[in-house]
Amino acid sequence: MSSDWELLFLSFGPLVWGAVSGTVLLSLASFAIGLVLALGVALLRLSKNRLLSGIARFYISVIRGTPLLVQLFVIFYGMPSIGLVIDPWPSAIIAFSLNVGGYAAEVIRAAILSVPKGQWEAGYTIGMSHGTTLRRLILPQAARVSVPPLSNTFISLVKDSSLASLILVTELFRVAEEIASFSTKFMLVYLEAALIYWVICIVLAGGQGMLEKKLDRYVAT
Amino acid sequence: MSQRDRSPNGGDPLAPVARPDDSVLLAARGIRKSFGDNEVLSSIDLEVRRGEVVVLIGPSGSGKTTVLRSLNGLETPDAGTIDFAGGPALDFARPISKAQRFALRDRSAMVFQQHNLFPHMTVIENVIEGPVRVQRVPKARAIAEASALLDRVGLAEKRDAYPFELSGGQQQRVGIVRALALKPDLLLFDEPTSSLDPELVGEVLSVIKELADEGWTMVVVTHELSFARQAADEVLFMDGGVVVERGAPEQIFTKPKHERTRRFLDRILRPLD
Ligand SMILES: Nc1ncnc2c1ncn2[C@@H]1O[C@H](COP(=O)(O)OP(=O)(O)OP(=O)(O)O)[C@@H](O)[C@H]1O
Ligand SMILES: [Mg+2]
Repeated sequence: MSSDWELLFLSFGPLVWGAVSGTVLLSLASFAIGLVLALGVALLRLSKNRLLSGIARFYISVIRGTPLLVQLFVIFYGMPSIGLVIDPWPSAIIAFSLNVGGYAAEVIRAAILSVPKGQWEAGYTIGMSHGTTLRRLILPQAARVSVPPLSNTFISLVKDSSLASLILVTELFRVAEEIASFSTKFMLVYLEAALIYWVICIVLAGGQGMLEKKLDRYVAT
Repeated sequence: MSQRDRSPNGGDPLAPVARPDDSVLLAARGIRKSFGDNEVLSSIDLEVRRGEVVVLIGPSGSGKTTVLRSLNGLETPDAGTIDFAGGPALDFARPISKAQRFALRDRSAMVFQQHNLFPHMTVIENVIEGPVRVQRVPKARAIAEASALLDRVGLAEKRDAYPFELSGGQQQRVGIVRALALKPDLLLFDEPTSSLDPELVGEVLSVIKELADEGWTMVVVTHELSFARQAADEVLFMDGGVVVERGAPEQIFTKPKHERTRRFLDRILRPLD
């Protein structure tokens, strides 16, 4: 029993370090890149040009219609067979960014469409171009609408990032696996890892709540 | 009223940039517009002189909003011409360019039925957005001018409030100031009071009346006949996409020539009969 406590205590540091330097970093980087991508895809999807919106639609369909694990393996294990070897970290970031790009694109598209048409017209009547209206008026309002669904996307991403352990990225779960197989205390170490994921997600959900409270007053009705 | 923010020549911030001189500001001819098979405007003619107040009345669906939107370049007519003194002169027989559309929009500003204020910006930010972002007016000057305007419509203390913190009448007054801040030659009002609670209608109409007295040129769609009677130089009655009758308010309201005008006015004045 005392060795259980000892293991808990000794593994806590490495696990938290895995969470910070792996899980959190990977999630933040992928989410940031994925959001930029998603904005671009959402705008293409809304474009009147059939070809452009078709490309966006296709991309979203592929991302949402295939497992994230498969996407990850295609990039890390598949690409080398066509001569493209990508390291674990870049592979993970590419796969997760592409994934966020697909899911968040639909969120952003819906948020843009939720801004009343009168806001576009108010922009036009004060002389703004389509682009300026989008940037100054529509996107800031769409951003407020997308906070709850995008927070969910981010929380999912944090949990899904554990898949990166399967392509050798050192993050929270990979550290847990190593400690578990070394100590053979699987239950203990995996529960400890689960607890850390849980705490991260609770903190994120709390942040989401605060952000929503702050923003939801400034949305056009 | 504070002197602080008045322009250096002591001019009233509510006064229009160009003095009314009775010359023709806007001439629209033969404006036609269909949505699919539905012909909404079938040859509308409209002439507005500088300083003139033109009021459009007519039943729901008669095309009043579409006329205003066409003048502001929010809608593209299928045919007809719109000429502003000093440009642009547009003939919708041919497709118009982006530059032409911007030139058209530049001449007028619209006040919407649903104020359409920007909910994520404060009152002052709403007002300076056009001048600063579009007209490249230095921010300090835009703020000074916007403050003077807000002061004149009794909203000086609300400059840092958000739209959701204002009453409907205050919101609509900000909407008017936002249009004024662009210093357009022509103001377009689309039923500016019809979404307001009855007790708030007066405060908005009195601002518009004051603008009319200051010499602003405007086209106003409204069902407020007492306002039209006091402020309008000309009243146009529209029905089914045509101007059925036009004339001085006294003539239209007391001796309408057309049966359709008479019936419409009857319905507004005596809705229960
Ligand atoms: N974007 C659009 N697409 C299709 N039909 C439209 C569109 N805009 C207006 N219409 C139609 O055009 C007709 C005239 O509309 P408009 O809004 O100009 O009338 P209105 O005189 O302003 O009416 P109201 O008093 O109800 O505001 C209506 O039948 C309306 O349904
Ligand atoms: Mg209308």
